[in-house]
Amino acid sequence: MKNESLYNYVLRLGDDSLILGQRLGEWCGHGPILEEDIAMTNISLDLIGQAMSLLDYAGEIDGNGKDHDALAFLRFENEYQNALLVEQPNGDFADTMMRQFLFDAFRQPLFEKLVHSSDAQLSAIAEKSLKETRYHLKHTSEWIIRLGDGTEESHTRAQKALDNLWRYTDELFSETSADLSLVTSGIVPSMVEIKEVWNKTVHAVFAEATLQIPTNNWQFEGGRRGVHSEHLGYLLADLQYMQRAYPNMKW
Amino acid sequence: MVSKESILTLLEEVCDPEIPVLSLSDLGVLRDVSFRNEEWVITITPTYSGCPAMKTMEDDVLAKLKANGITNVRVELVLSPAWTTDWLSESGKIKLREFGIAPPEHEVDKSVLFAAPTIVPCPKCGSRETKMVSQFGSTACKAHYQCLSCLEPYDYFKCLK
Repeated sequence: MKNESLYNYVLRLGDDSLILGQRLGEWCGHGPILEEDIAMTNISLDLIGQAMSLLDYAGEIDGNGKDHDALAFLRFENEYQNALLVEQPNGDFADTMMRQFLFDAFRQPLFEKLVHSSDAQLSAIAEKSLKETRYHLKHTSEWIIRLGDGTEESHTRAQKALDNLWRYTDELFSETSADLSLVTSGIVPSMVEIKEVWNKTVHAVFAEATLQIPTNNWQFEGGRRGVHSEHLGYLLADLQYMQRAYPNMKW
Repeated sequence: MVSKESILTLLEEVCDPEIPVLSLSDLGVLRDVSFRNEEWVITITPTYSGCPAMKTMEDDVLAKLKANGITNVRVELVLSPAWTTDWLSESGKIKLREFGIAPPEHEVDKSVLFAAPTIVPCPKCGSRETKMVSQFGSTACKAHYQCLSCLEPYDYFKCLK
């Protein structure tokens, strides 16, 4: 492989999009109101579209002729490098919106920086995805404020979701030594910059939403190196079923 | 004799499968037609990353050209520069409105703090008293609006920049 560092980086971006897209798709037909059902599946569609571009590019870097389908459907659990945050179950609407907001607030500044990547294809994918991500972040910020600063019930649930998901946020900004070499060559931004922007966004939105960031900052990690929570296995069983049961079948 | 112009004329008849009044060039999805290494290359760009209509558009382009005897042809998908609603043609915007879909608007309503900052006139009665129901509509490229004057619910082709 020509560039293993870049392959892993692009694969991680693609896996985050794929797994979160699949999670959101689980809401199809189960949304609390029709408009939100449509919104969540629209966001899912954007994420799966981004995953297609990213995984195709990862396959191209790898050079073994694998396309997005091969990478999405035919890997084992420990070969997925998505962050633990995106594989967490949907829970209730507050859990889903909180997971999405924490993620969107991370992806928007990341894509903003990746647009300036010295890698032309990564820059092109970021340019395309950024426009979509702006809509996602706007939508989820509004919901977090509405839920947190809403009724007693919605506030309690939004706070519970934040308390539960906060422990998966540090991992989004983790960097391997291989990543740092990509930073040096101007291919990807430093996660320190991304975390600064993310911190500003989440603090501002949580303040307006009257939500408290947990004081216990104990954090989980593992997804980026293929060590996942038990939830991913069930998700993949669902995602991969057709290709595993009927190898090479075409839709 | 096949020329770029004759291909462009044929492609005028290939429309968005979801919004059949718009041709691919009206939509700004058709980026280029060129002749390279003995074949015609039709370059298109997606509106949204996951737009399921892209594959149909690609198939429709090939079917149209092949039905007219042009067989040495392929479709190339490019992501950059990324599609923007600014590429929607002026005639496309008129066709959209006539079809009942409000075209992208840029006028900002400063009386609203957030949620619906753009004034989107109703495509049926022209009223400016309208509200956004949801930022996400029947397809990735549309938001859902309702007219407060005539009560018509309608799609808004949302601004993407």
